[in-house]
Amino acid sequence: MRVTFTANGKPVEADDVWEGESLLYVLRERVGLPGSKNACEQGECGSCTVYLDGTPVCSCLVAAGQVQGREVRTVEGLADEDGELGLVQQAFIDAGAVQCGFCTPGLLVQTDALLEQDAQPSDTDIREALSGNLCRCTGYEKIMDAVRLASARKCAKAASE
Amino acid sequence: MSTRTIQGQKNLQDIRQASKDGIGGSPLRPDGNLKVKGEFAYSSDMWHEDMLWGMALRSPHPRANILGVDISEALKLPGVYAVLTHEDIPGSKFYGLEIQDQPALAIDKVRYHGEAIALVAADHPETARRAVKKIKVEYEVLTPIVTEEQCLAPEIHGYVHEPHEFKSHGHGNICHEQRLVSGLGVTDEVRAMADVIVSGTYEVGMQDQAFLGPESGLAVPAEDGGIDLYVATQWLHVDRQQMAPVLALPEEKVRLTLAGVGGAFGGREDLSMQIHASLLAQRTGKPVKIVYARDESFFGHVHRHPARMFYEHGATRDGKLVFADCRIVLDGGAYASASPAVVGNAASLGHGPYVIPNVKMHAIALYSNNPSCGAMRGFGAVQAAFGYETQMDRLAAELGMDPVELRQLNAMAEGDRLPTGQQIDSPAPVAELLQRVKDMPLPPPLDLDNLDVRTLPGALSNTSHGEGIVRGIGYSVGIKNVGFSEGFDDYSTARVRLEVIGGEPVAMVHTAMAEVGQGGVTVHAQIARTELGVEQVTIHPANTEVGSAGSTSASRQTYMTGGAVKLAAEAVKQALIEKGRRRYGWTQLDIDLVDGKVVSRSAGALISMVDLLGDEAIDLTREHHHRPTVPFDKETGQGFGHVQYTFCANRAVVDVDVELGLIKVVELTAAQDVGKALNPLSVVGQIQGGCTQALGLAVMEEIIVKDGKVRNASFTDYLIPTILDTPPIPVDILELPDPNAPYGLRGVGEAPTVSATPSIVAAIRQATGIALNRIPVRPEHLTGTL
Repeated sequence: MRVTFTANGKPVEADDVWEGESLLYVLRERVGLPGSKNACEQGECGSCTVYLDGTPVCSCLVAAGQVQGREVRTVEGLADEDGELGLVQQAFIDAGAVQCGFCTPGLLVQTDALLEQDAQPSDTDIREALSGNLCRCTGYEKIMDAVRLASARKCAKAASE
Repeated sequence: MSTRTIQGQKNLQDIRQASKDGIGGSPLRPDGNLKVKGEFAYSSDMWHEDMLWGMALRSPHPRANILGVDISEALKLPGVYAVLTHEDIPGSKFYGLEIQDQPALAIDKVRYHGEAIALVAADHPETARRAVKKIKVEYEVLTPIVTEEQCLAPEIHGYVHEPHEFKSHGHGNICHEQRLVSGLGVTDEVRAMADVIVSGTYEVGMQDQAFLGPESGLAVPAEDGGIDLYVATQWLHVDRQQMAPVLALPEEKVRLTLAGVGGAFGGREDLSMQIHASLLAQRTGKPVKIVYARDESFFGHVHRHPARMFYEHGATRDGKLVFADCRIVLDGGAYASASPAVVGNAASLGHGPYVIPNVKMHAIALYSNNPSCGAMRGFGAVQAAFGYETQMDRLAAELGMDPVELRQLNAMAEGDRLPTGQQIDSPAPVAELLQRVKDMPLPPPLDLDNLDVRTLPGALSNTSHGEGIVRGIGYSVGIKNVGFSEGFDDYSTARVRLEVIGGEPVAMVHTAMAEVGQGGVTVHAQIARTELGVEQVTIHPANTEVGSAGSTSASRQTYMTGGAVKLAAEAVKQALIEKGRRRYGWTQLDIDLVDGKVVSRSAGALISMVDLLGDEAIDLTREHHHRPTVPFDKETGQGFGHVQYTFCANRAVVDVDVELGLIKVVELTAAQDVGKALNPLSVVGQIQGGCTQALGLAVMEEIIVKDGKVRNASFTDYLIPTILDTPPIPVDILELPDPNAPYGLRGVGEAPTVSATPSIVAAIRQATGIALNRIPVRPEHLTGTL
């Protein structure tokens, strides 16, 4: 089948998609957007988290056909058009929250969604929001630091505007 | 190299970064930008326009004879390009890290659940999956050899490897063993010298590395008949060394480039898909990509050895250790992998960082029909630490002493001898590290009036509002060796090039070090900046075009490859200064490179590096070997076996819901001596990550194997700590330089994984009063509902 949707604001189409393919597979292998990662492919690790019509989802659990005509935003869409890093992306780098980085794309999307909803989450709120995203390297401490840093910068930015 | 383009090559080209930070600073990762943009190409992201997908057929039985394999139906499926069995292997059919006992594809029998039997290459992963299902294998299923008792009675239960096909150094179903005796050993007379004796039998379950990036890579057939492989691994050169004989190729025609690695922790030391993808690429003449699914990843790599251990310790009434008697049985599974070295570590480090005058130890690794076990962070020292640290707590309880004081009373220090006879010739601040974690402020007590139930055991499940919650505190300390031991000529190679680019001096660092997330690439740039006085450093992609870097394991890469970068950079510096001496006749002895200039401390700036270099690049390669070690004596375990030691101490605070058996680690404190923190941000990150894997082993992580079959090969059933399971991890860093190491540094990555587990179990014990001789601790162990 042919699937057409919007990825990071641009229309894309994929041909010869087998019905069993996931959105994750189509993004990674057909559309040339391999930023979403394939760690468990059963919705347990969060590495493949993308926005689907503005809601974060595990793209491995979304059948390709389900995205027909819808809007997808991946980690590749978090930076602006000139490649300038988004606030959450920069915070993850600055806090040392990126080690192997395989969990990072999913965590970035989930953190972005959290801060959109609540710019100043408590530590427990952060842990609850990110509990579906596994990281094996960092021990999560630096990820907590990164989210707190992103939150502080976001609030400071809002205050100065 | 293939001339065809491969998608996702950004990190396979130089990564350039400017910074003023040399060693001791915390510059940001050079690959961080690519990683947060989703542009960093991991091995599973490799893509080629006409590539095929490879997949393996794996055995459903842990032990069976293969009576026949019929591939004809699979070959008929449209879209299938090749189906291979061991008969199609052009060269040697066996490989292995230390013992060549593992067939690349099963021959006539399978020895573990998940062993690869046949390979398929097809145009779509689903086609490959269907083709795998169409391969018919006729098995004669045999009773698997899975318990210690079965393994040790081969005349009754059989051999995992028949004696005539034996490729191991051991005998029967014993893959490797190491004995150790020091002082008077452990005799009745020695026992009589102790006022108090405690003994116990301890068990450690099978832990998995559970790195997030699945085993994967792309093999591209080259025009010269060779193979270009883009792969996630821990040691490019040892992969090549094992691959080339199987592919019947000379090593120089097997070229490996490191693709992005999504974590490793020892699980990528052994080959996984490297040979399989290359065989399929050879056969089809097309690029072949293999990406393991998560269940296949659980089958396709070795795990941490499960252990059964017996420990007996004797002490005087005032708490001085008199003797230790230990037996450690590690289940190595079907193939040897790194078992011999793991046994060596367990035997030589199995007494912990304590001075014990009389010691007896016997450590063995078994061959069984359980999954193969090999390297995982902590490597043999982890299992033992659970044993000896539990013993320390029991001894303290028996003597009525404070458990930290008992440890400090017996703690080894610089100048002391290990049970191997080796004298510790660098700082060993064991007592101080314990004091540091003890002195750190405790988290506030549970406040029942202002509860957020999400912070309690059971967390979001809302299982308690504070009732039945008891808090406990536990301590531990551990010892780990750094680098490869027992006479192995451990070395690393680095190439450093200095040239002028865009009017600036730029250093390039080229090594074959596998960056698996630990941050070696950051540190290499820091070392080059420190030695060469430049800001701009580019990191060349790791590949087999430069000499071996050895493995990214054993906490050795900053020591070994960092040391090689330092040597190469120093050589480049000397060559540049020599050039100036020849040209300008400088006679000063105090010439150095600082901030892009050649300077003399006595005479000031002499010339800019740009002017002195001109159009000429200086490009030099150096090897760094650590000081030699020797193999342990087989019977006495004596010998200068390890090059360096590293120590970490922990304090764990846990809340236990004693009614439901649920655990919440409230805080896990660590203090570690790192010699010199080359990059403090990365050092802390490594320690926190190591502590978290230890937390996993303490309370949740175990591959459940029943009758040789793996029961939980998924992230649904094999649990690793989430951010909700993981507490704040305050880290206290001590920097006491090791005079034998580059910059005085110590390996960092493994020590916390050795030490942190026992502290958590000790805290649970303190909260509940239950003995807890097995890890991971499960709710049923706490509620008596086992």
